[in-house]
Amino acid sequence: MIKKKMPLASKLYMALIIFFLYAPIFVLFLYSFNSSESTSVFAGFSLRWYKTLLNDTESIKALYNTLILAVASSAVSTVMGTAAAVGIHSVKNKWIKSTAMTVTNIPMMNPEIVTGISMMLLFVFVGRLVGIVNVLGFWTMLIAHVTFNLPYVILSVMPKLKQIDRNLPEAAMDLGCTPIKAFIKVILPGIMPGVISGMIMAFTLSLDDFVISYFTTGPSFQTLPIRIFSMTKKRVTPDMYALSTIIFAVVFILLVLVNVAQNRNENKEKGVGK
Amino acid sequence: MNKDSLMKKIISAPYYLWAAMFIIVPLILVVYYAFTDVNGNFTLDYIKTLGSYRYIFLRSIWYGFLATVISLVIAYPLAYIMAKSSASVQRMMVMIVMLPMWMNFLIRTYSWMTILEDTGIINSMLSALGLPQVHIINTAGAVILGMVYNYLPYMILPLYTVMSKMNNSLIEAAEDLGASKMTVLSKVILPLSLPGVASGFTMVFVPSVSTFYISKKLGGGTFAMIGDVIEMQFQTSYNYNLGATLSLVLMILIILSMAIMNRFTDDDDGGVLI
Repeated sequence: MIKKKMPLASKLYMALIIFFLYAPIFVLFLYSFNSSESTSVFAGFSLRWYKTLLNDTESIKALYNTLILAVASSAVSTVMGTAAAVGIHSVKNKWIKSTAMTVTNIPMMNPEIVTGISMMLLFVFVGRLVGIVNVLGFWTMLIAHVTFNLPYVILSVMPKLKQIDRNLPEAAMDLGCTPIKAFIKVILPGIMPGVISGMIMAFTLSLDDFVISYFTTGPSFQTLPIRIFSMTKKRVTPDMYALSTIIFAVVFILLVLVNVAQNRNENKEKGVGK
Repeated sequence: MNKDSLMKKIISAPYYLWAAMFIIVPLILVVYYAFTDVNGNFTLDYIKTLGSYRYIFLRSIWYGFLATVISLVIAYPLAYIMAKSSASVQRMMVMIVMLPMWMNFLIRTYSWMTILEDTGIINSMLSALGLPQVHIINTAGAVILGMVYNYLPYMILPLYTVMSKMNNSLIEAAEDLGASKMTVLSKVILPLSLPGVASGFTMVFVPSVSTFYISKKLGGGTFAMIGDVIEMQFQTSYNYNLGATLSLVLMILIILSMAIMNRFTDDDDGGVLI
């Protein structure tokens, strides 16, 4: 490969954007180690906010809730979304197919706030019909999260389905497989990368969602973004910064590991090529 | 064969039911609430009050548009530089651009607040250097900065994807045939990158127009956006009918803006979009 040197101006521009993207992250990283309560004056290094965080049962509970919700909603949306993609893919009627895809795209295209309030209206409306006062909570949030995760799963499985040779499952069935067995043995392995990436996307979206959760949650169930929101209404103490720093560090390490693994794989492939 | 398509219909049935219940019905309820009063009787009162919100609507669209254009201007050169660099730099830059999105956006916005405040980090630095203070927080500029910061990755990534797939020999051919750098940019690179511009535009414009947290924190309530007004109807004044009416209008405005934008990109180069 020919290596071209990057011009200095390009390097500077890149550095400038990286600075812009990371300035607020660096600030909260720095102030999470602040020995005073301020988030704008640095008094000295200390780990007191990390200790405060460990004793903050409500934040720990919120973190636990967030993980439960993310696991549950990504599992449900991955299974339902994969099945839906297989179904939509097999539809022959063009009109039905495009209608199904348009409806699928709605939660992605609509502003989050509109998706959030429309689901809230549904839950409140049904709650009133059934006579439940506090309808909003874990279950309404789970439904909302599954709903906004579904399009991402479907759209990442769909392209993989298109790549599968139509004759393969048919051949399997001619050779005596039941349709279900053909699906498990032939189609599922082929679409697996799409299913996995859809699931990861669903998991991270659910983990980080604030707007839709905000409108579909009740006082009985608090996730981390909701907790952060209620904390930022007042003056934030650096323990929230400490929490964000920990989450950021975990994600960063995971990404670096994935990146290193990819690099190693590519190097291996290159080695084989020679 | 019949058994196979029957199976595919059955496994996708839960999704169709889900989409009808949690995507279509909520949107119908938004329309229902917009045209009824608290007791469920038909009324046009809420539609009639819309006139008093016209400035807020105009402001939201204008700020959203400015934030999108600024993001485009910042992201375009960066995406180009990224696409031109070596494979390892490309992978690293994609990670660097995506990483901030994993940090909760509420806390990142709050961090900007502590940077921009009158007693914040920028002003402390300025006074330490003996320079005059600047007032940034609670201005329109701060709100737009917050939008650009939060949604810039959504502009960079689609632009980068399109540019990294661009066929380099087209650019070389243009250069060989005597085109100047500016001509290459306007006649080759720009038209080829239009699909990326279109999707980046949508991905920044929609969340910017409908935001409610950024304007509240960085605008200090003086620059209320339509998202703030909607949020207020649902979370503090419990006027669901007015909230639904405003959401309906927001949804229609966004669909219209998207249609206008698609027309622009279609006129320039319809072939590439397909």
